[in-house]
Order: sequence, then structure tokens, then C-alpha cells
Amino acid sequence: MSDLLKFDLLQASKAIKNKEFSSVELTNAYIEAIENTSSLGAYLEIVKDHALNMAKISDKNISDGVSRPLEGLPIGVKDMFCTKGIKTTASSKILDNFYPTYESTVTQNLWDDGAVMLGKLSCDEFAMGSSNETAAKGNVKNPWLLCKEVSPGGSSGGSAAAVASRSALAATGTDTGGSIRQPAAFCGITGLKPTYGRCSRWGIVAFSSSLDQAGPLTRTVGDAALMLNSMAGYDNKDSTSANLKMPNLMDYLDKGVKGKKIGIPKEYTQDGISDDIVKFYDTSISWLKDAGAEIIPVSLPHSKYALPVYYIIAPAEASSNLARYDGVRYGVRKEGKNLDDMYELTRGNGFGEEVKRRIMIGTYVLSSGYYDAYYLKAQKVRRLIKQDFDNVFEKVDFILTPSTPTTAFALGEKLDPLTMYLNDIFTVPASLAGLPGISLPVGLDKSGLPIGMQLIAKAFDEVGLISTAQVLEKSAGFNFIADGAAK
Amino acid sequence: MNNTEKLKAGQIEGETGLWEMVIGLEIHAQISSKSKLFSGASATFGAEANSNVSLVDAAMPGMLPVINEYCVEQAVKTGLALNAQINNISVFDRKNYFYADLPQGYQISQFTKPIVGEGEVIIDSDDGNQTTIGIERLHLEQDAGKSLHDQHPTKSYIDLNRTGVALMEIVSKPDIRSPQEAGYFVKKIRSILRYVGSCDGNMEEGSLRADCNVSVRKSGEEFGTRCEIKNLNSIRFINQAIQAEAERQVEILESGGKINQETRLFDTSTGETRSMRSKEDAHDYRYFPDPDLLPLEFEDSWVNSLKASLPELPDTLRERLVADYAITPYDAAVLVEEKDYVEFYEKAALGRDGKLTANWMISELFGALKKENLTLLDSPVSPENLGELVMLITNGTISGKIAKDIFVDMMISKKRPLEIVKEKGLEQVSDDNEILKLVENVIADNQDKVKEFLSGKDKLFGFFVGQVMKVSQGKANPGIVNKLLKEHLK
Amino acid sequence: MSNKKSIVDIATVNKIARLARLNIPESSKENLTNELNNILSFVAQLDEVETSNIEPLASVTGHKLPLRNDEVTDGNIEELILQNAPEKSSGFFVVPKVIE
Repeated sequence: MSDLLKFDLLQASKAIKNKEFSSVELTNAYIEAIENTSSLGAYLEIVKDHALNMAKISDKNISDGVSRPLEGLPIGVKDMFCTKGIKTTASSKILDNFYPTYESTVTQNLWDDGAVMLGKLSCDEFAMGSSNETAAKGNVKNPWLLCKEVSPGGSSGGSAAAVASRSALAATGTDTGGSIRQPAAFCGITGLKPTYGRCSRWGIVAFSSSLDQAGPLTRTVGDAALMLNSMAGYDNKDSTSANLKMPNLMDYLDKGVKGKKIGIPKEYTQDGISDDIVKFYDTSISWLKDAGAEIIPVSLPHSKYALPVYYIIAPAEASSNLARYDGVRYGVRKEGKNLDDMYELTRGNGFGEEVKRRIMIGTYVLSSGYYDAYYLKAQKVRRLIKQDFDNVFEKVDFILTPSTPTTAFALGEKLDPLTMYLNDIFTVPASLAGLPGISLPVGLDKSGLPIGMQLIAKAFDEVGLISTAQVLEKSAGFNFIADGAAK
Repeated sequence: MNNTEKLKAGQIEGETGLWEMVIGLEIHAQISSKSKLFSGASATFGAEANSNVSLVDAAMPGMLPVINEYCVEQAVKTGLALNAQINNISVFDRKNYFYADLPQGYQISQFTKPIVGEGEVIIDSDDGNQTTIGIERLHLEQDAGKSLHDQHPTKSYIDLNRTGVALMEIVSKPDIRSPQEAGYFVKKIRSILRYVGSCDGNMEEGSLRADCNVSVRKSGEEFGTRCEIKNLNSIRFINQAIQAEAERQVEILESGGKINQETRLFDTSTGETRSMRSKEDAHDYRYFPDPDLLPLEFEDSWVNSLKASLPELPDTLRERLVADYAITPYDAAVLVEEKDYVEFYEKAALGRDGKLTANWMISELFGALKKENLTLLDSPVSPENLGELVMLITNGTISGKIAKDIFVDMMISKKRPLEIVKEKGLEQVSDDNEILKLVENVIADNQDKVKEFLSGKDKLFGFFVGQVMKVSQGKANPGIVNKLLKEHLK
Repeated sequence: MSNKKSIVDIATVNKIARLARLNIPESSKENLTNELNNILSFVAQLDEVETSNIEPLASVTGHKLPLRNDEVTDGNIEELILQNAPEKSSGFFVVPKVIE
């Protein structure tokens, strides 16, 4: 059975359609893999019966000759996506009893295309974090260097760990400042954040509305394309959803980079990046050059302000988005002597430390007397950051950067919030500008931990992004498997 | 102060001198849409608790707002009717605070860039003239739900039906100077809203409510500190609350105290205002643009097409009715109170005596309808029939007095007056010879009274008129009766 | 921003916690105050950026706010609305009374 785990999403899709094995068989293999890797803590909820029912339906479709793009393929869902009738907690105590009566648009798209749900994946609480250490039910472990107990990154740490450990064939994640790309890099897999507006946010627990985007975590770039094909699409229930049809990404695989211009921003090679990452950055540049791309040095002058801008805007929006968690209509309520008392106890008890910190920052920067100095200022600098990208994209087609300044750090190593925030230094800028970005593994560092490179494309150029990423993927030939993966 | 000088409305006489009121109103008008501002749930009143509630209204995790086009249209049309500036680009902001009837923990409103800017409204002022009240702005926002606090000693019950219903908030400039003027202002706004069709103005059901900002000052001085009285839902309460609050403030200031800027409620049973304790730290609403919504943008061409679709508004109508129908400004003012009245009137007055038609409508028809608790739309008397009645009077077929009887019949039977006249044989007798016969008979039968009249009792003339009318069963043309009696009472 | 250099003290932390309806245990207040100060000092570097002629970024999407037809397409789902309620009665949500 474990043999079935070797197929990536595209391979398994073909094999199932060719009836080399059934969806039920594949799903059972993954259920067993989940059990074998349970020490990672990636899953919060495993829906075995539900999964097998979906797999049976897929098998019937295949035998009837009516198969859909993701027919029978078992995936995991980050616990930020509301799944109908299945507990959805955002990895928080405050939602530990919440069963949505509705399904998020993105996950519904996946089920409509035949995918099978394995379960809900852990993440940082309310998607706030870069190490999956703030989940209410405990840390998630990176399947790489299992004995060292290393962080899988965050906030989609559970999703990344599941894909890397082969306890999910693919997974959904959300990315606000890097929460798909950074854990993908830490776990040696591919993670894609599409253009803001590409995927609907309806039914996804909101963290920072102007930044949140759903996206896939997968083994390969081709897999990410297949997932995104299903996840993306206009949704009239989301006013920020882009009314643009994404081309079928499968038609654009392996198109190469001949004649494409790749920008290398000078601000992204600075102190604090590990030597190994710098080395692989240089190597990646030459790979792309060898493949026919033109390498162009560029500048994104306001890059260094991306983190401070993010840590004003995201907490501000979050402080407002999380106001609805008040114990009145859903969630875990703590009784109080009056309404305000009930609010304070419910929220004080239900939210973890990082969430409370960010709500406090957000409340402060929006408060009377500080709005202009912080929030308004941040939105102005955000425009400058976006303009930097707009200017650069007049000269180049893609931008290449490392995904993270370091490889995965040990769990418990970064206790200071500010130090933790610096992890997002390379991923945040693309989020602020709403641009699509992908992280893919290119090699291992000296200690054996994966290194990821990030490609950023123009708005709505997921086609180009996939294509270019594939070139890098091919050149890198990363075929390592985490030691903690299911076998 | 001179005791014989009357206080003007809005003035309060204190120990230290004469105070005047400065009043600004914030009117909340529920838009007449079928669904809510940002959700597809029904916006109708009176449904069972939590039945007009969508997942969006209940602020479930992951829910998002989508704006209702009709509500945007109504806001623009109302703004145009207020002679206000329309802002082609406006922004929705979140107003953040915690309350059980506010599921999101914020209200979607408009703070820095509202959809409608400055405008003005003409109202009747206390001295019988008209005055202009400035409009500061009009913006769109969500209504909140309802809390029931009196069902249980320690618990409150929450109904979210009203949560998310579209409101237009219309803010006046502080140009109002008396409780009466505030009442006229609300009446005028209500009238405009009903003309435009953007709100039904039903204060009992809560589709129109007012918050009043009240301060006092000595004439010529700067504005004083104001207090806000929230959620007044009748003109009577608006009048009472403003008066009570102004008096309260004068008392404090006269005794050397200071006014605390605060939010207050009007207690209808005591007739006093009282402080709302729970709102002290609610002032920091942390407004910021709602990231789930993009800026609202539309073209001049769209605004112009909405302008073209506006009906004639009360002020224009008033002028036109006076000009076209030769009625008094007072009559015109009454008729334009509702669009329905004008429509009815113009149908009735078509080709008829405008003044007489107006009289009949205002004095007779409205009175009769009120007695039967009917609205004009339910009137048993159609506009055409009323017009016909007026015509029958002016062309002499019936007298004014007989017309009143016919009218009573019309209210019951819904018949045409012409029909009733024929059925009951009520045509006025206007033939000189016929009436002369009756006059001669009456004179012959009442010789003693004739003698008295001729000896100087002029008042007896009325007796003779009455007698002739009686024997003619009211059908004799009074003008001719008078003429012939004058000729023959010698 | 520089004349509002945020030295957030415990009193401010209390005020903000109240605005956000968060119960912060006494023992963690000092630590939280320090952490908040560190973060606020970090973000204060935006002071360096010249933005006097820059408009704030309203949205990254580039499209206009879409409008919806005025139809009743939702509601009449009381059961679903109340399904996850911690306390409910006769179709209402129930909460402790507000002191008004």
C-alpha cells in the first residue's frame, strides 16, 4: 500500500483514470500514512469515513467514464477553511466547538472536481505565525530531521508537514504574508500564493482581508497547477474576487523560459541570510540563465519597509476581523456577570498569546490619535512598495528571490515575537503588492534541511509563474524525501 | 426683559438672560429595498426572530459583504432631492465597537468619504415663513439588530432580523433653532423620502428615526457643548425631548455648571433625558476603510439618468400647483405632503375649478377619510368623481349644500355624483318661474312674518329663504331665491 | 509619527485591552507591554519614508466594487443560524444582560 504514496498528484491522477489503482486504495494508503506520521501533529481532524465515501463515489465515476480533474485524489485542508459539518477551529480554542453549516468556495471547488478530503490540518492560530507553534492543540513538527524537532514553518505548517511527510497527496493553505511559501520552503515542497483575488475568500476564516489568499501546497509545480486550476475562480459572494478567467494551467506546462527576463532585486541579498541559501540563490540564477532566460539586476527600494508595513496593516485588519469571536453566536463562551465581562473572559481565554498580541497592536494602530501615524502611513508606504514592483515589471517578466532568510529553525528557538516576524522578510512584499508567488525546493543545506527559492510574477500571470518555476524545478532536480515521511 | 414680549419658539428665559437652542439632526432612514445592504436576506419588518438572517448577517467565520445596487441608487436619488453634491467615489469604513446586536463587532458605514455631500432643504419656520436648513452629508450604513432586555432578569434576547438592513444617515447642519423647526425638518425629509420612494418614512415601525444634537447659547455667542439624544421615533417625542434637554442644559449653565458632551436617551414616561452610561468609551470607533469592499465608483451619466428619473419634488410641485390651479400656498402645502395627494388632486381638478376642488379635498374628503380610518389610496370617492361633484356645483346643477349630502352618499356607495343626482332627483331648480311660484306661496303663507320683516326685522329674510328651500327640498338655486325674495318682499 | 513615539505604558495597555474586550491577566501585563513596545518601535521606521504626496493604497485588485441585484436570495435559515449558538431560546440568541 505504501507504494501508492510515491505517486505525486499528476501521476496519481493519470494512474487512477487508467484504473491502475482505485481511489479507495489510494485513500486508504494515505489514511495509513496519517496514522504512521501522527507524531508530527499535522492533522487536527481526520475524517476517515467521509474520505472513503468520497473515494467510493470517485471510483464509480471513473468506472462510469465520467471523471473530473481531481477525481479520487486525497487532499488535506488547512483548518482555516470552513468545511460543512466538519469541525473548523482555525487552530484556536475559541472555535473548538464550531461546526460550519456551509462550505468555503475554494474547498467546494475541489470537491466539485472530485477531490477526496482526508481531514483538517493544523496551522498557527488564526493563521498568525511563521512556525506553527501557536496552534491551540500544540506544535506541528517538520518531517525533516525528525529527531531535531524542527519547525515546519507557518502559518500553513500542518499543510506543509502533511505534504512533505506524504500523509496528504496535496493540501490547501492560506497565505497572508508568506504562510504558504515559507512553510513550503521549510518542508522542501512547492507552495503557491496566487494573485490576490484569484481564489475566493468566502468561507475562509478571515485574518487580514486585503492580504489573505488561498493556495495549494504540493510536491511539484505541476501538481500546484492542477490544484490551482480547481481552487481558482470568480465568486460573486466575494467583492474582492477577480472576474477574470484563469487559463487552464495544464495547457501551459513546460513552456520554458527562453527570452524571458528574470529580475534579481539587489535588496534581497543582505545580512542575515544563511550562506547556503545565498549559494543556492546564485546557482538558481545560473540555472535560469542556462535555460535561456536573461538575468537583469533590479531594485525594489522600499523592500525593507515591507515588514513594518505588514505588521501594521495585518494586525489592524485582524483586530477588526476577530471582533466577531465574542461567544454570542458560536464558539466557546465563558460566562460572565454581564455582557462585557462575558466578552472579555471568552476572548481572553479563547485566544492565544500571539493572537492577543496582534489584536492589541491592531487596536492600537487604529485608535484615536494614532490612525494617521500608523495605519494611514502604512497604506501609503504600501503604495510605494507596489509601485516598486510595477516599475520593475516594466523591465522584467519574473523576479527571483530566496523564499526565506534561513532554513527551518528548531521548535522553541524563536521565542521573541519580533525575531519570528523577520522570517517573512522575502515573502511579505509580494503579499502587499497582491502579486502571485511560488516557492519550490532547490536543494538541502549543510544540516540537511530544505532550501526554497521564490519566483514572483506580474498580477494574474500564474501561467508564466508555473512555467518558469518548472524550469527551475527541473534544473534543481530536488528528489529528496524527508526522513519523517511515511514509507 | 419686557414681560409683554413673547418668547420665540426655541428660546428659554433664564435668570441670567435669554437662551437660544442650537439643534442638529441625524436622521436614520431605512431604505425601501427588498434585501439588505450587504446581504441577500429580506429587509422586511415584522418577521419571526432570526428568520431574515443570512450567514453574512450573523457574521459567521469567512462571510463577506456584497453591496445592493438598489440601495446605492436610492442614496443618490435622495441626495439629488436634497440638492446635494453627489460623490462619484465614496468609501465604506468599518465602525468598530462591541454590542450583542452587532455580530461583526463593527458596523459597515461611511466616515471620511460619504456618497453624498452638502445640500439643503427648505422648511416652514415658526414665524410662518420658510427657512433653509443645511445638509451636511448623507451616507449609507448597516442597521443593527434588536435586543430585548425585559424578557428575563439577567439575560438579554437578541434578534438579528434588522441587522444589515440598509440605512441612509442624513445629517443636518446645526441650523435648526427650535423643537418645532426640528419637527418641520423631519416632516420635510420624510416627505422627500416618500416622494423619491427611497424610504416609506414609517416612524412607528422604525423605518425613520432621529438622533438630536442639542446645545444652548446666549444670542451671539459661540455654540455650546452639545448632547446627543438617540433614537427618537415620533415628531412628538422629538419636540418634547429637545425642549426637555435644552431646559436641562440651561439649568446647569445658569447654576454655574458645565455641560458634559454625552449621549442621552429620552424617557417617554418621565419626559426627561438621561445619560447612557454604557457608551463612555465607545467614542473610539477606530474607523478604517473596509478591506472587504472596494471604493464605490460611478459615472456622471448614471447620476444624470437617476436625476431624470426623479419625480417632481414637493417644493417645485407647490409652486406649480399655485400657478396652474390658482390655489393658495397653504392649500398647496397640504396637497404636496404626499405624492398620492397631488396625483389625486390633479386628476380631480382636471378641467375643474382648482380652488374649489382643493377645498373639497382638504376640508371634506380628508376629514371623511380620517373618520373612517382610510388612506387616500382606499378612498371610496375616486378623483374623477370628486371632480365631477365640483363641476356639478360650478355649473349650477346642484347647490353647495346638496353637494355635501351627495358626498356622504358617494363615500358609502362609491357611485358617481351624476348618478346620485339623477337617482334622487337632486337637480337644482334654477328656473325663475318655478322658484317665483314657490316664493309667492311662501310669502302668501307667512303674512305675519312678512309684516314683521317689512317693519324692520331684517333678520327674518333668512326665514323666508329657509322656507323656500324647505318646500323645494333644498333644490332651489339659492342665488335665484335670494334675488326673487328681495324683489317680492315688499 | 515621531511626535507620537509610542511608549506604551500599562495604563494604555489596559485601555487597549478594554477596547478589544480582551481579559489580560495582571501577571502578563508587563511582558505584554514590553513586547508591544518592541513591535511598535520596529514599525516606527516607517517615519523615514517620505509620503507627503502619496495616496494610501485602497486596494490591490484594480477593479471596481461589484453591485448586486436587489433580490431576496437568502435568509429563512433560523436553524442553521442558531445551530452553533452557546445559548439560545425561542429563536433568539441569549446573552448576559448589558448594564444600560
